[in-house]
Amino acid sequence: MATETSEANARFECLLRQGDSTLILAQRLAEWCGKAPALEEDIALANVALDLIGQARLWLAYAGETEGAGRGEDDLAYLRDAHDFRNLLLVEQPNGNYADTIVRQFFFDAWHYPTLQALSQSADERIAGIAAKAVKEVAYHLRRSGDLVVRMGDGTAESHAKAQAAADRLWMYTGEMFERDGVDAAMIAQGVTRDAAALREPWLAHVREGFVEATLTLAAPDAWMQTGGRHGRHTENLGYILAEMQFLQRAYPGAQW
Amino acid sequence: MSKEWPLWEVFIRSQHGLAHKHVGSVHAPDSEMAINNARDVYTRRNEGVSIWVVKAADITASSPTDKGPLFEPANSKVYRHPTFFPMPEEVKNL
Repeated sequence: MATETSEANARFECLLRQGDSTLILAQRLAEWCGKAPALEEDIALANVALDLIGQARLWLAYAGETEGAGRGEDDLAYLRDAHDFRNLLLVEQPNGNYADTIVRQFFFDAWHYPTLQALSQSADERIAGIAAKAVKEVAYHLRRSGDLVVRMGDGTAESHAKAQAAADRLWMYTGEMFERDGVDAAMIAQGVTRDAAALREPWLAHVREGFVEATLTLAAPDAWMQTGGRHGRHTENLGYILAEMQFLQRAYPGAQW
Repeated sequence: MSKEWPLWEVFIRSQHGLAHKHVGSVHAPDSEMAINNARDVYTRRNEGVSIWVVKAADITASSPTDKGPLFEPANSKVYRHPTFFPMPEEVKNL
């Protein structure tokens, strides 16, 4: 897929990648609402989802302005099809059991936090502002998911087995977080973003530390990795997520309440 | 062994200078997670600056049947109530 793009387009892509990952993960977490294993967990997950939706709104609103085609946050969220979404494959993976959800969250949070820290130093003041606001929320997300991974891994034989299976299953979706393509290169050159590849070692160290405490085994870092989400090539899961998330605006275009 | 997490009573201080106030309870396996859960359940709308959690089982409560002996003696002694001193309106939270 061609990535030689104008500067504005690179910024648009870069903002979609942030916005779409937070939006899709929020939608996934919201699926737990009313069904989580404990009332406290239910509320906690909904809190995280709402934080992420708030962040997605800021990213997508700015993306729409950058694009300059008159699309707002709602147009981008509700009226694009799967191949136009730029979220990480990790966040569209099914909720599965609670260990699947928490391990997915831990992998994401451990990447999201340093990513936002880097973006808060962006040469683009608007991006720096959004990231500085979001990073405080995400610091708590990471504390919570890291804590739960330890509890599950170092819990009962059953919770350990489920957490280990989740980690092994999700591992191949973690490589994408540290990729760099033409869009990234253009944005790095302008000081808008930092090189995500530089976050990989700290991320690995953080996850490894958590896994040691959780008595979980980390898969080989050089294992084969899935890729494509950041370029619009998604797993089949995204279509189902969008079908539910976008139904109302598709069935009743322009509906407001 | 019970499968239910133990119950924790949650106390939130809504602003500096005020005392912690009981707001409700949460379930959690230990105190650390009780704090997290209390944060998620009770401080979502910017209600607090500090959280205490106490195991509900560790609280000793007075019995409702002791109401008479415990509290009635104070009622009949008007000199124990500072009603003769007008409080300045500026003094809040007293």
